[in-house]
Amino acid sequence: MSEKQQTPVLETSHLGIDFGGLTAVDEFNIKIAPTEIKGLIGPNGAGKTTIFNLLTKVYQPSRGTIVLDGKDTRNMSPVQVNHAGIARTFQNIRLFDKLTVEENVKIGLHEHISYGMFSGIFRLPGYWKEEKKAHEKALSLLDIFGMADQADVRADSLPYGAQRRLEIVRALATEPKLLLLDEPAAGMNPSETEELMNNIKKIRDEFQIAVMLIEHDMNLVMGICENIVVVNFGKIIAEGTPTMIQNNPQVIEAYLGSSKKEA
Amino acid sequence: MDKLKNLKKSTKVSFLNYGLVVVFFIVVTALANTGHLTNSFKGQLIPIVSYIIMALALNLVVGISGELSLGHAGFMSVGAFSGVVVSMTTANSIADGGVRLLLSIVIGALLAGIVGVIIGIPVLRLNGDYLAIVTLAFGEIIKNVMNCLYVGVDGAGLHMSFKDAASMGMAADGKVLINGPMGATGVQKLSTFTGGIILLLLVLVVIQNLVNSRTGRAIMAIRDNRIAAEASGVPVTKHKLIAFVTSAAMAGAAGALYALNYSTIAPKKFDFNTSILILVFVVLGGIGNMTGSIIAAALLTILPEMLRKFADYRMLIYAIVLIVVMLTTNNEKIRAFLRGLGKKNKDTEVKEGAANE
Repeated sequence: MSEKQQTPVLETSHLGIDFGGLTAVDEFNIKIAPTEIKGLIGPNGAGKTTIFNLLTKVYQPSRGTIVLDGKDTRNMSPVQVNHAGIARTFQNIRLFDKLTVEENVKIGLHEHISYGMFSGIFRLPGYWKEEKKAHEKALSLLDIFGMADQADVRADSLPYGAQRRLEIVRALATEPKLLLLDEPAAGMNPSETEELMNNIKKIRDEFQIAVMLIEHDMNLVMGICENIVVVNFGKIIAEGTPTMIQNNPQVIEAYLGSSKKEA
Repeated sequence: MDKLKNLKKSTKVSFLNYGLVVVFFIVVTALANTGHLTNSFKGQLIPIVSYIIMALALNLVVGISGELSLGHAGFMSVGAFSGVVVSMTTANSIADGGVRLLLSIVIGALLAGIVGVIIGIPVLRLNGDYLAIVTLAFGEIIKNVMNCLYVGVDGAGLHMSFKDAASMGMAADGKVLINGPMGATGVQKLSTFTGGIILLLLVLVVIQNLVNSRTGRAIMAIRDNRIAAEASGVPVTKHKLIAFVTSAAMAGAAGALYALNYSTIAPKKFDFNTSILILVFVVLGGIGNMTGSIIAAALLTILPEMLRKFADYRMLIYAIVLIVVMLTTNNEKIRAFLRGLGKKNKDTEVKEGAANE
């Protein structure tokens, strides 16, 4: 893939955060190309989710910069970062439980539905037009994962795997440039994971967006990621293509310890 | 008929609620016209409508926005007294009582809404119990401010003081409208049952259409998961404030309607107990359930009157009724039975998500 020449959709430099005396992430420098699928792996507690929280401004970084599509996201709130083009899913699923599947997706579409509160209350023409558009858009997005027939089901009554897929659809609805997936395959069986892999590739190709994912399922990571970043103790210890990562002694050490070397 | 069946569940509920109010209106009017209503019940009609509006307004905050507010009587109070001032100052200039009532309600709602913004901005930075406690405090603050508020009118216009009636410095022809802890006296009764029902329908339209729109969806999303809502690009404070201020304005309108039903109205009427009473309507009717709020507010306003013959024991019976209703409506078996009465049970989907988590 010769995407390295393009301007990256996301670039971080010297990114870091401290919690009191603990440095959770330090000197985190990455570049993500506009349609790249990047993996972020590392042992438990390495700081992967913290990195996602930094990128989406759930935490404000202690130091370093994040440049999204040429814009510095310094002082942006999570809402502004989303509008600027980063959408995410969560490791512990965070759906709007009491809303329906379709309504969950429509929350993702919130910024792209353009009628005001008063058109909504008095049911002016704008309401009907925009709601119809949003309804069709939501269904077509749900269709990517074959969930359109579950549109009227309450989100918390979906099975676990479907909840994870719904989170991805909701994130996608915000029309991001970069999609962050936090353990999208957690709790899925091998055939579901296989389907998810195909869908992530499909999303990338269809929407022409970059994807960064945290995942412990190595089949998935090695199968779809073009580049992988390995972190341990909040720092990058290796970066490269799946083959390079698989043979990197430091990575093997981080995962398996230094004495045993049979990977 | 097919079209009716295909309506969304939320649309059906909305129309059920409009129907409920209209039927209530028709039945009561019919009974009144045929002389079947006792005077005490007639006197209760406008308070019932006011309390239904209060319950709906509070349900918007508690049920839809998911924040517990214990100070809603404060907004009712602001609406009540500003409504009274408007109605009394326009007594000579506007002849039509209906127009004056409308004007009083609009101004009452507006002022309560403004107070809602002033209180909402600091309060909505808090969550859960903290927010509840601070709204309680603000409710008490409003009551105490009203307790020492003196408003009068003379040829030169409105006068205000927080000290006593004399320090307003009115001309000799001046008239005291609000007299501190005594409240307003000599209020002309402008509220009508029909006017109340129209206001109630309007409030229902606003709440239900708001809830089923982009804004309402965002409010409920924030209730269900604040972090995910932010990550999906939904501004949190703005939407919480929309729900809170809309609710405050409706409470103000209900307050004006309520106050203009009595000749005398004192600030202590809108104290903590009133806030709790309204919360009881909301909880008993079901949090987030507008139909429930309507029924609970109506029944619980009538109930103490009906129990009047038991004199000393009536509050005891009232409490027992509350407890029994809470217990039965929260019992899964009874709920299933009630659902079974209406329709065949849908297959309950297994919550695998909860099991796996």
